[in-house]
Parts: sequence; structure tokens; C-alpha cells
Amino acid sequence: MSRKRISIFTGHFGSGKTEISINFALNLSRSGFKTAIVDFDIINPYFRATDAKKILSDNSVYLISPIYANTNVDVPALSPETNALIEKKEYNAVFDVGGDDLGAKALARYNEELLREGYEMYFVINTKRPMTDSIPKIRGMIREIENVSGLKVTRLVNNTNLLVNTTIDDVMNGHMLIKEVSDKEKIPIEFVSGFCKYISGIEKLVECEVLCLEKNIKLPWD
Amino acid sequence: MGEKFLMKGNEVIAEAALRAGCRFYFGYPITPQTEIAHYLAKKMPEVGGTFLQAESETAAINMVYGAASAGVRVMTSSSSPGISLKQEGISFIACAELPAVIVNIVRCGPGLGGILPAQCDYFQAVKGGGHGDYKMVVLAPYSIQELYELTVDAFNISDKYRTITMIMGEGILGQMMETVEFKDVENNIHIEKPWATTGTGMKREKNIITSIYIKPEVLEEHNRKLQAKYKEIEKNEIRVESYNCEDADVIVAAFGTVARIISNVIPMAQKEGIKVGLIRPISLWPFPVKEFEKYAHVPKAFLTVELNAGQMLEDVRLAVNGKKPVHFHGRMGGMIPDEAEILEEIKKITRS
Repeated sequence: MSRKRISIFTGHFGSGKTEISINFALNLSRSGFKTAIVDFDIINPYFRATDAKKILSDNSVYLISPIYANTNVDVPALSPETNALIEKKEYNAVFDVGGDDLGAKALARYNEELLREGYEMYFVINTKRPMTDSIPKIRGMIREIENVSGLKVTRLVNNTNLLVNTTIDDVMNGHMLIKEVSDKEKIPIEFVSGFCKYISGIEKLVECEVLCLEKNIKLPWD
Repeated sequence: MGEKFLMKGNEVIAEAALRAGCRFYFGYPITPQTEIAHYLAKKMPEVGGTFLQAESETAAINMVYGAASAGVRVMTSSSSPGISLKQEGISFIACAELPAVIVNIVRCGPGLGGILPAQCDYFQAVKGGGHGDYKMVVLAPYSIQELYELTVDAFNISDKYRTITMIMGEGILGQMMETVEFKDVENNIHIEKPWATTGTGMKREKNIITSIYIKPEVLEEHNRKLQAKYKEIEKNEIRVESYNCEDADVIVAAFGTVARIISNVIPMAQKEGIKVGLIRPISLWPFPVKEFEKYAHVPKAFLTVELNAGQMLEDVRLAVNGKKPVHFHGRMGGMIPDEAEILEEIKKITRS
């Protein structure tokens, strides 16, 4: 699935970027690629890639976290290790970026390095989120993220879901909408993602790849 | 019912406020509730409302005081240290009998504390964090759907009694995502506000909103009026949910998201032959005293589980009134108890 060695996941906050980044990184590592994931979220201190520390290390995915992640301090910070990772060509790097243009702004710091190394920038869409439930809203957010990061979205991801209430119809309705975005923006849909038990059979309905997600970010009562 | 969305608790509070007809929001950002402001900053202009990021929490609460005086539906939100800063204004608004909705997405304290979830502001909310003999309605939802419904309700309750209604949730409730199904038409109760300072139009005497009463007799009279109103709220606005309490060996009292952990403990305990009941106060004030009285004779003992050092515990003890022992298990500092440790506490009670 990985086209370039650097994969950047952007999108609206709550679109599912973190679960997708973790699963994407786990898949890369399990396929034998040397993989690192960067917890690049400067926006939200709750529910982040660092929460999946254990499963990532169990699967040999190297995790780069901000030093304050999962402490009681709310200080947005990026790890200096990020620079080193971009230079380490033997690594596949997965960036879990914070939500919206506010989160994507942090990418601008590495704009020069990323343009030089080459990247895929994924834009994750859940059409059941009220700020991304229409074509103009989705296109507007793509523009905002591109503008602040100085990078281009190269792939779309359909992650339409209502968590445990998701139906195949929800995912397919989202897919139709995202297809139109894809046509208008001339950006391909790279894959459809969702928790395995809610999207089984989807591979027969869509032309793109399917990323079946394991749940790694959990609530205390899950 | 209407369309389903996947939303964060904080977004739902903001959307519910808009649906309830709230067109004025004044606030100051603080984790873990900033998405409320973020959402309203985007949406308020679309509906012709006012979103204003004030220079401080103190400024924001006094803007609420002003807007509420003019009879509009108004909201502010913050998290623990920010709510502390608002206390003076809260006392003034309560005395002036103004309807307002205040949201506290609680983080752990004391002091600057941390950003992780807690329930350590229970006392502050239900016992009067500000000065003087006042009360405010305090509602504690445990799911995103309930958060939506109670936020809309909060505006109705506030208008009906000319009171502050607080929505209090743990940090995690603001941050987590669940499906929410919005109603096609909201149950917005329209209540006339002849007391509001909307201009006399040269047709009536001027309305005065105040919290200063110079003559002691008048101030005592005003206090009596407030207390009578609080009695009325205690009579009408209790919200509580009980589960599995008949013949329970132990009844657990928990509010907010902690009740969800207890829901998982109940079948675990059942497997070990222990019947566990749950009383979940939804309105923390007025407190569901009668629900505890109703089941006071049933279990061997009560156990309250909270994300604090034991606050609701005192109200449970008052309600159980010595009929049964009331034990406590709590975590602090942003820590959350797991099912196993709660089950262990329950077993300690049944063994003793």
C-alpha cells in the first residue's frame, strides 16, 4: 500500500487518523519494512498514537512521541528525533498529524525536508462528522490543510463510520460522496478503512484497497 | 429522530446549545474543553449569533451576566481552574436570578493540576463554589447522546427557574467520540421573560437586574425567595437511573462515565455470585435522595466510586442516613479505576 517511504495522515480532528496511522504502521512492519510512527499531534492531548505504545513496540514499530505526551502537561511540542527520521532512508515513516489546518500547520516546519524526500499525504474523511459531511466542506478542509502545510494531498481515505453503529450503507454513502471529491480534485481514493467487523464484504463493493482496522485506542470501559 | 453523526462530547455540547437556541457564547480556551469554543467560533456566525473569546474567564462570566440580563439564551464553558475563576460571577448571576448554562469539563486538581479526567469539582459545583446561599442545577451525563439531550434540557431548566444549570463532565466525556442522533425538532420550551432588560419602549417601568440589596430585611426576603425556588427545583428536577438494585448485595453509586465502568463490573460480579446494583445520579444537585432511601434497606452496604477523594460520598451517606455502611473507592490525578480493582472492593465488602 505504501507508495513512498514517508506517509503523512491528515484530516479533520476525529476523522480516524490515529487509528489508521497505527494500523498502517503495524501493517508495514508486519510486511517486513523497518517502520517508525511519529506522534505529530500538537492539538489534542487525549487519544493519541502514543497511547498504543505497547502494541507498536511489540510489533517493532519505532515510536517518536513528544516528551510531554500522556503526562498531565499540555504543551504542544515536536520531537527533535523527527529530523533524524526523515534523513534515515532505511525507515518507512508514518506521520500521525493533528486535526484540521491547526494540526497540519506543524508540517510546515518540515516542508523543505519532506519535499526533498518525497511523501504521500493522505487526507482521511469520515462523512459522518458534521464538519466534513458535504463536498464543499471536504474540499474546503483539503485546501486549508494544503495551504498551511505547503504540501499537497496526494491520496484520499474513506473512513466513514459511526463507530459501533456503522453499517455498510453508511460506508458506501460516504464512498459516493468522496468519489465526487476525488473526481473534482483529481486525487485518487487510496483505500477504505473501518473496524473489521463493520466493513466485512466491502471489498466486493469498492474498487480501491481496504484497510481493516484493529482497535488500539480504547476507552476505560472498552 | 433525525440524522446520526459521529461526534466528540465537546462538539455535541456546542451543537446542542445551537439547537437549543443559544446565540451567545463567551469563553476562554482551556484543555480539555476547547473544542466547544472551536466549534462555536465556526458555527455561531452562520446562525447570526455571537461567539466571543474573552480576555479571561472572569470577563467571560460577566459577559454571560450581561447577556442573560437581556433575556437571551447564553452559555460559557471551561475546565476546572477556569471554573474557579468564574465563581464570583456565578454567585452574582445566581443572586440576580438569571438563566445561564455553564459547562465544566473537569480536569484533575487541585491547583493547575493536570489535563486528564476527574470528578474533583463535585463539591464546588453542588455545594456552592462561590459565596452566599445559592444553588445551581448540576447535570452529569455519561454518554454522548445523553450529553446532547441534557444540554438542550439545561437551557429549558435555566429559563424555567431563572437559574444557572451546569453541565459537568469528566475530561474524557468531552474528548471521546460516539454516535449521536439529533432530533428533527428540539423540545425548546419558550418562556416569557418580562423581567429582561430589553428596553421599556416607553411602555413599562424599567427592569432592574441586581445582586445588591442594601436593606437587610429586603436581602433576607430575597434569600427566602431563592430558597423557596431551590425547594421547587428539588421537587421537580431530580434525574437518576437505577439498575439491578432489587435484592442487590452491594449497591454502587457512581455518576458520569464512571458508571460505565460499573456497568462492566456488574456481570463480572454476577459470575462470582455477587449481585451488584447501580444508582447513577444524573442530577447531582438536586441530589436523588429518595432513590437512595428507597433502596437503603436492600444491600449489605453501599460503595461509591468516584474520580476524586470522596465527594459525592458525603451526599450518599446523608441520603442513606446511617441505615447501611457507605464505603468509598476513588482515584485521583487523572487516574481511572479499572473493573478488577472495583470488583476487589466489592468483594472486600461481601467478605467482611
